[in-house]
This record gives sequence, structure tokens and C-alpha cells, in this order.
Amino acid sequence: MVTLEDLKTPAKNTWCPGCGNFGILMGFKRTLIQLGFERDQVVIVSGIGCHGKIVNYVNVNGFHGIHGRVLPLATGIKLVNPNLTVVGFAGDADCYDEGWGHFSHAIRRNVDITLIVHNNMVLGLTTGQTTATSQKGFKTKSTPFGSIPPMLNPIAHALVSNCTFVARGFAGDMMHLSGLIVEAIRHRGFAFIDVFQPCVTFNYLNTYDWFKKRVYKLEEEEHDYTDRQHALEKSYEWGDRIPIGIFYKEEKPTYSDSLSHVKGMALTKLPAENVDITPLLESMM
Amino acid sequence: MIVNKISVLIGGEAGAGITRSGFLFAKACLRGGLHVFGANDYQSLIRGGRNFYIARVDTEEIYSQADTIDLLLALNKETILLHKDELVPGGGVVYDAEEIALKAEELNRDDLKLYSIPLRGIVKELEGDLIMRNTVALGAAMGLLDYDLDILNGGLRDTFKPKVAELNVNAAKMGYDYAQKHYAESFAYRLKKTGAAGKRKIFLTGNEAVGLGAIQAGCKFYAAYPMTPATGVLHFMAPLDREYDMIVIQTESEIAAINMVAGAFFAGTRAMTATSGGGFCLMSEGLGMTAMTETPAVIMLAQRPGPSTGLPTYSGQGDLRFAIHASQGEFPRVVIAPGDVEECFYKTVDAFNLAEKFQIPVIIITDKYLVESHGVVEPFDPNRIRIDRGLLLTEDEYVGEEEYKRYKFTDEGVSPRAMPGMKGAVVRTSANEHDEHGYTTDDPELTTKMMDKRFKKLDVLIKELENYEPTKLYGPEEADATILGWGSTKGPIKEAMKLLSEEELKINYLQIIYLSPFPVANVQRILKSAKKTVVVENNKTSQLSSLIREHLLMTIDHKILQYNGRPFNPGELSQRIKEVL
Repeated sequence: MVTLEDLKTPAKNTWCPGCGNFGILMGFKRTLIQLGFERDQVVIVSGIGCHGKIVNYVNVNGFHGIHGRVLPLATGIKLVNPNLTVVGFAGDADCYDEGWGHFSHAIRRNVDITLIVHNNMVLGLTTGQTTATSQKGFKTKSTPFGSIPPMLNPIAHALVSNCTFVARGFAGDMMHLSGLIVEAIRHRGFAFIDVFQPCVTFNYLNTYDWFKKRVYKLEEEEHDYTDRQHALEKSYEWGDRIPIGIFYKEEKPTYSDSLSHVKGMALTKLPAENVDITPLLESMM
Repeated sequence: MIVNKISVLIGGEAGAGITRSGFLFAKACLRGGLHVFGANDYQSLIRGGRNFYIARVDTEEIYSQADTIDLLLALNKETILLHKDELVPGGGVVYDAEEIALKAEELNRDDLKLYSIPLRGIVKELEGDLIMRNTVALGAAMGLLDYDLDILNGGLRDTFKPKVAELNVNAAKMGYDYAQKHYAESFAYRLKKTGAAGKRKIFLTGNEAVGLGAIQAGCKFYAAYPMTPATGVLHFMAPLDREYDMIVIQTESEIAAINMVAGAFFAGTRAMTATSGGGFCLMSEGLGMTAMTETPAVIMLAQRPGPSTGLPTYSGQGDLRFAIHASQGEFPRVVIAPGDVEECFYKTVDAFNLAEKFQIPVIIITDKYLVESHGVVEPFDPNRIRIDRGLLLTEDEYVGEEEYKRYKFTDEGVSPRAMPGMKGAVVRTSANEHDEHGYTTDDPELTTKMMDKRFKKLDVLIKELENYEPTKLYGPEEADATILGWGSTKGPIKEAMKLLSEEELKINYLQIIYLSPFPVANVQRILKSAKKTVVVENNKTSQLSSLIREHLLMTIDHKILQYNGRPFNPGELSQRIKEVL
């Protein structure tokens, strides 16, 4: 079982002081310890953006891929080796802009992986431009007169795509977030957590204070997370009160469950040698 | 009387079962001990249009379609009008005069034999589906050619479910009987079983051969988005997943496909994807990622004419430079161009071995003509198969003196590759420049060292490829002219050489199978003594010539290029070769 010390890496952390990513990093490490993982049992996958560096900061298996492609990469890993616990980390631009096309499909497949989106509602590493979750009217270098389209609602999208685990966390409440990650990893199927992750440098609007004033916990208001309709109503709550916590959860067959021939089997263990293609050749004569 | 030498074209609307009929005709000939080649031609639509399949039959080995047609099986009028001028004098046309009103001035050929068969009438009599007209026509063709109908029946029974098969057998018989009764001894061509009948040969497309090669190589994960002409691999693999413990997944895009393949290979499973030019564009970024992360990858790129959508159901060779250079930055890769179905199989196995041994992406470049045409080949020999997984660590536990380093510097540039999940190892991989542990870096020295590490593999790879037959020479070592080509032009070139040898022209042909890294030594050895060089390619700018210029500082004397979406016909090609000699 890993300790906090085991999870440390020698890589120098280059996130801005106070960055919301620290809350996610700590929350995730805490989860790994709580769930009693070994370092070699977990694979983390990240995309491009500040979030992507997390592969450097947690001493477990990791694949720092390219922009927007966390989900297909994580899917490929998990499908061939179901013994691995696969957690994808993506940014809001990474997942909701560049990689948006993969989101609904990963949800539809219900592969048993976890996706944690570092949603700071701005492009940070490229020094401040709008993203799909930037608020309408948000002024950035690329939108000096304010972002024109309304913000995308990832929670609602996940719900209408029949995602089997939909949650939202806040990097400013690490303990609560860690609890969500525990639930997400334990969930059998595709688990999605959108995390409010304040960008202290480029998001002057959605700050820690801004969120702290607004967020409240669904579990404190008797939210029934088995009620999709109610969850959908909650997902539209935005303004003075913004819910965090588990919106929706249900158990459904995973993609691998339908692959009766490989169920639970790690294809990585199968030899490449001595495959007998004679029956196929016979059928072609 | 011409025996066992015929080119048959069956044509009709899309959805009329044209390819299947052509395939069944060819297979019946193959089972009778003859050599066959089958090529299809279709438009990008679901119903209507003009589809055709050419089945060429001979007693000797053949490698492509012929220039002319001897027998036309026309399921619609357009087929006749479109192909009548390709028919030889005395050529036959099987059609249904009750459905097709053919005026003499429309045909404008008085040297053809018209064989009207009541295709629709027979199907109606059998109370069968109209699509069965094609089987009646097949039966009629067998009747005209006086061939053994039982061989065709065998094919029908292999293809259809019992009830439908018997209906088709009856339909073929009625077509056969009608032709024999009304047109006995009229047609100058005959087909006869030979002593080689029953010899075990396989008849398959390039797509099927690539799929078979992947399965033989131990590929357990196939991810792809449908795109003509590569879709055949997906169709081939999908029903076999249970039998071969594979996962075959249709992805939301080619971007997803290449990333899933990278994930699967990273996890330790042999994986593959296939696409055409447009999809390969989308894969380009992922391709670079596999190179930077040193994750093996196998991609089949089946070309069609571009730019952009171009001619989506036709053939071309315009993507060679693209395959060699796709994606930003510099990295070693392998580009292999099989030239026939046999090479499609064996080279796909090679692709997996090279990808894992060198931890690099391998692109198998083919085209529509190669992957959708049917060729005959001896059953693949399992004794020729060698699996080389390179420095993949397959033990359950990592025991090293030091912590596992995914990108450990080694003499040959290749680092031992642990699978995530291996006890005691943390496998960290990164598309950013990285250190030996996989941590991101922007250190200038380390950056140089890592780039050098990746390129060290290239030196070893170049030597290694000498064992992989990177080029093949056909014909005499010394010749008056040397033809150079790559990929699917192999068939037409070999056919053209047959024709040219009849005219006692001394010609040889160098097929270049590995195009990246370019087999400089092999090509140089042949070109040094070549008197005249002729490059044959299905593209506009002669990309092979430019590669030869780049690597050998040699200028090709003549370029024979065709970029109309169609493969070279051997007669035409031999003419064009003669013109430049």
C-alpha cells in the first residue's frame, strides 16, 4: 500500500502558487492511499495543459499524451488490461474543446475508467484564452470584448449521455473532492468528475472566493443520486448557488461485460506466438 | 477455340451482388485448377451506379486484370454501353433481352456474340429474389464455357445459407441449361478443369491478407473508423474477435483509433488500425505521439486518389511522401509497401515485429487496387512466421538494480519496455520531451540526447532491414532497362514484363518494398549498372523518383505515371514502356 512518501516524485512542480491543481493532486494522492493501491496497479493518463503535468507529480504509471485525447488513450489501456485502475486527467479545454468528440463516446461505452476534469474555465498554459466552460461575456486575450457563446454544461451533457457516474468537485475542498474520487474509482463503469479548479493567474472571475460563496454539497440537501431527472435539474443550477457532489450514479454493464470472450481477461497476458490461422485459410480455399 | 484463358466482366447496379458474383466465378475457376485474378470497380453510392468485377482466368500465374474483355455479363444496359469497346472481336455478351432493349446503332459492334438469357424470367419462375439474376448469369456463363457447374455450386453452398444456396444452385442450373440449349458450341471460349484442380490455394483480398497477418502476428486489439478502402480489414476482423481473443472496436474517429492503439500497445498488447488518406491525416498527431513516447504502433494506410476526398472508391499512390513525413518533428518510422496479397500477409507480420523491436510506428502503405482485389496465393506458411517482441519485459515482476527507467539510455537506443502493472516498476511515458524516467524536460542537453537516442534506433533499423528483403528484383540482373515501382503496380508491371519478354526485350524490375528507411544500398546496387531507368507509379509527381533523387542523387530517365484512379492495364503499360526504351 502506498504512502504519501511513495507517491512523491523528484519532478519540480511548476504550477503557480495557489493553483487549484494542488487540491486535485493532494485529493488524488489521498485517494490512492485510502484505497490501498500499489504504485504499479494504477495508470494515470493526462492531456495537454497545466493539468497534464500531473503525470510528473504522482509516482504511479503514467501516460502524458496529447491535447484532447485522454479518453481514447485511457480506453485502449483499460480494455486490454482490466486489472489496471485507469484514471484520466484532462483540462476543460482539453476535454470540452479539443477532445469534446470523445466525451460522449467514452460515456456511451461505459468503460470502467475515471475521468477527472480540471475545470478552471480558462486556458491557462497558453496564457489566458476562453474555453468551452468560460462564462458568457468573459474577457480574455482572445475575447477582448467578451466571450460570445454561452458556457457549455458538462454535467448536463454527461447526464443526457447516460453517464453512470456524474459528480462535481471543488479543488478548494480537498477532503470532499478526495471522497468523490474514492467513489469514482470504486464505481464500476465510466465515472466523471468535473472539478472547479481556480486558475489564480488567468481567471479573475471564477476565483476561490467566487466558488466558496456559491458551492454547496448535494449530499447535504437530500439529493437522490439515483434520480436522473432531478440530477438534470440540479445540473442547471448556476448563479448564487452551485451544487457539488454526486449528481447521479447507477450500475450498468460496462463495455467489457459485453465482450463475453475477454471478460476480465488481460489481453496483455496472451502470447503473440503460435496463433493458428489454419481454419481461416481453409475457409478461403 | 480458346481454352482456359478468359477475361470476364460482370457489371450492374450497386446492390446487385456484382462483387460476390465475380468472386464466385473466379473461385470456381480456381477450384478447377486455374489461375485467377479478380478486381472490382464501384462508385461511392449504395444503390444504382455502375459496378463491375473483372475475373481473369489463365493456366499460368497472372497478377492483374487484362486490357480486354472476352465475356461480358451485363445486368443492366449501362454495363454494355460502358464496356462494349473493351470486348475483343468475337467477345460474348450475356444479357436479358426482355429487360434490355439494345439497338444495333447503340452497340455499334457487329463482331460480338449476343447471348440473351431470360435472367428475370428464370428468377420469377423460381419465385426467388431479383438479386438472383446474377446467379442465373453466372450459370449461363458456365454453360457457354461448358465448365463443370458442380464447382460453382460448391461455391454457392459455401457462400449462402442452405435454403438460399439451393435456390441459387437451381438458378445457376437453369441459366446453364438455357445457354447450353440455345447457344451450344457458339462461343469460342472454353473452361476446363485441369490437373491442378483441388490443389489447396487461397483466394483473398489485400485487406483480408493484412487482417490475417495481424491475427497471425498476435494482434489482440484492432480499432478503426470505417473508411474506404481500408474498411475491409475491420469487416474481416470483427467476426473473428471471439475465436482469436481480440477486441475489435469501431471508434468515433481515426483520432480515437490511433490513440486507443497507442494505449493498447503501451499496456503491452499488439494492436493495429487501418484507414485511408483522410483518416491518416487525423491520425498524424497520434502518430507523432507514438514516436515520441516510443510506443509501437501499426497502421495500414490504404490510398485512394486525393487531394481531399478525391475519388473515394478508386486507387492511387499519392500518399507516399505523406506516409514518410506525416506529423511534426523528426523521428524514425518504417513505411512498408506490399505489392501483392502474399506480401500483405507476411509484411504485416514484419510490421508488428519491427514496431515492437524498435518501439516505433510502422505504416503499411497499400491502395484500393491492392486491398480490394482478389489474388491467389499458396496457403501461408506458419514456419515462415517469427514473432519478435524486442525488449518487452514479460516477467511479472521487475527486478533491477535501479528503479525502472522507461527511456533508459542504451547502446542501440532501444530501452527495455515494461508493461504497466508489472510489480515493482513504474512505467511513465510522455509525449513531451522527457528524461530517462519519463519526466518532462526542456533541458537542452537532455533534449539532444533523447533525440539522438531515438535516432540511434534508425542506424540499427537500417541494418536490420537487410534481413527483411527491402527490395526484390525480377528478371535478369543485367538488362537494357530497369523498371522501378512500389506497391500495387507490381501486378501490372509483372504482366507487362511478360508481354515485353515475348518481344525479346531485356528488362528487369526492382520492387521497392521498404520505403522508409529507404534501402539505399539495395537500390544503388541495381541502379549502378542499370542502363535505363523507368519509374512506374500511380501518382502525378512521381514520388518514388524524388526519393531516389534524394537518397541516391540519381535522376530517373523516364517516368510512366497514371493518376486517373485506375490501375495500369498491362498491355497499355507495356506499350508505354516500349515507347520510352
